[in-house]
Amino acid sequence: MADTSTGELHSEVGHGDDHGSSGMPQLNAADWAPQIVWLTITFVFLYVMMARIALPRIATVLEERRDKIANDLDKAADLKKETDAAIEAYEAALAEARAKATAIAADNRTKLNQEIEQMRSDMEAELSAKASEAEKQISAAKSAALGNVRGVAIDVTEQIVQQLIGDDVGEAALAQSVDTELNR
Amino acid sequence: MASKGSEGGLGIDPMHQFVIERIIPLEFAGIDVSFTNSSLFMVIAVILITLFTTVTMSGRAMVPGRWQSLAELSYEFIANMIRDNVGTEGQRYFPFIFTLFMFVLFCNLLGMIPYSFTVTSHIIVTFALAIVIFIGVTIIGFVTHGIKFLKFFVPSGIPVALMPLLVVIEVISYLTRPISLSVRLFANMMAGHTMLKVFAGFVVGLGAIGGWAPLAFMVAFTGLEVLIAFLQAYVFAILTCIYLNDALHMH
Repeated sequence: MADTSTGELHSEVGHGDDHGSSGMPQLNAADWAPQIVWLTITFVFLYVMMARIALPRIATVLEERRDKIANDLDKAADLKKETDAAIEAYEAALAEARAKATAIAADNRTKLNQEIEQMRSDMEAELSAKASEAEKQISAAKSAALGNVRGVAIDVTEQIVQQLIGDDVGEAALAQSVDTELNR
Repeated sequence: MASKGSEGGLGIDPMHQFVIERIIPLEFAGIDVSFTNSSLFMVIAVILITLFTTVTMSGRAMVPGRWQSLAELSYEFIANMIRDNVGTEGQRYFPFIFTLFMFVLFCNLLGMIPYSFTVTSHIIVTFALAIVIFIGVTIIGFVTHGIKFLKFFVPSGIPVALMPLLVVIEVISYLTRPISLSVRLFANMMAGHTMLKVFAGFVVGLGAIGGWAPLAFMVAFTGLEVLIAFLQAYVFAILTCIYLNDALHMH
């Protein structure tokens, strides 16, 4: 079946003779002039349309978009820079505040320590002054008491000697022997 | 022979789709300037490209919608192509390359619509584009480098004895550029569309019993043809860029 159809189609190719060409209408020279003329007209028209209107318009749209994207990227970069600067400033302020706080704390600590130290030394000085005064009083009282002991000892010795011997030995001899005994 | 044309479904002539039909016969200064079906599809392509590149951009949205993205995408696609292949000096020719790419692409794609006409399936159209590119690039070469542009045909680091032969080869390869450029596009378009028509004839000829096989092939092949439509427009544009680069930078 395919054979018959190809055979018939072959004869059909010859059928093109009816159109005044040898099978290929492309080779009919009489048709060339109108095609060249209309190709020139349409192509030149299209060229002018493209070069004058269409392509510049597309170019501006593309350029505008490219500019806009570039601008947006620039703006984003600027904003990022600003943000970084703000963060930096904040961190600097924070660090400063922290440093100030520690300084104040240290200052207060030293001041308090000094005050405490001062009070303690004052107190110690006062206490030692009081202690030495008391010691002085004690030693005064002691020597006074010791002085009384000599008089009493002389009196007692005089009484005892009078009782035993019944005779006055003399004030000076008594004092001398009591002193000798006391100093031993 | 003529009677076979009316033999039902198999009377499809695969070349009939390429026939130029004069919609409005016109003549100007002795030249046939008739408005043909080819002219119609050129005009449709130009209108669609203009709408595609202007109406979609009318919103000038900062965040583009689908159509605006597509227009911007094609703009950047061609801009990158020129930047990669020609460099900054090529930016002057950006509108031309863009127009060329869009025109070829839209003509190719419009041809994929059934019952439409494929402008680029005619050698005269592709050759006219290619010869304009060829002449233009050659002029740019001479304007940029003066007479030194002829050095382009003299390969460096080659024994003097081989020089005459190689210069001849270089010149021939340069002169065949417009032919290879135009035939590549034209042949791709014509072959693809002819093939689709032939297989469409098989579908009708084999009927409901065997027709599904060529039909399935056609579906797949239509996909391939859309790819080729893109690819050939891309190839046409990138080869133009490469030729331009040769003219501006010489190798």
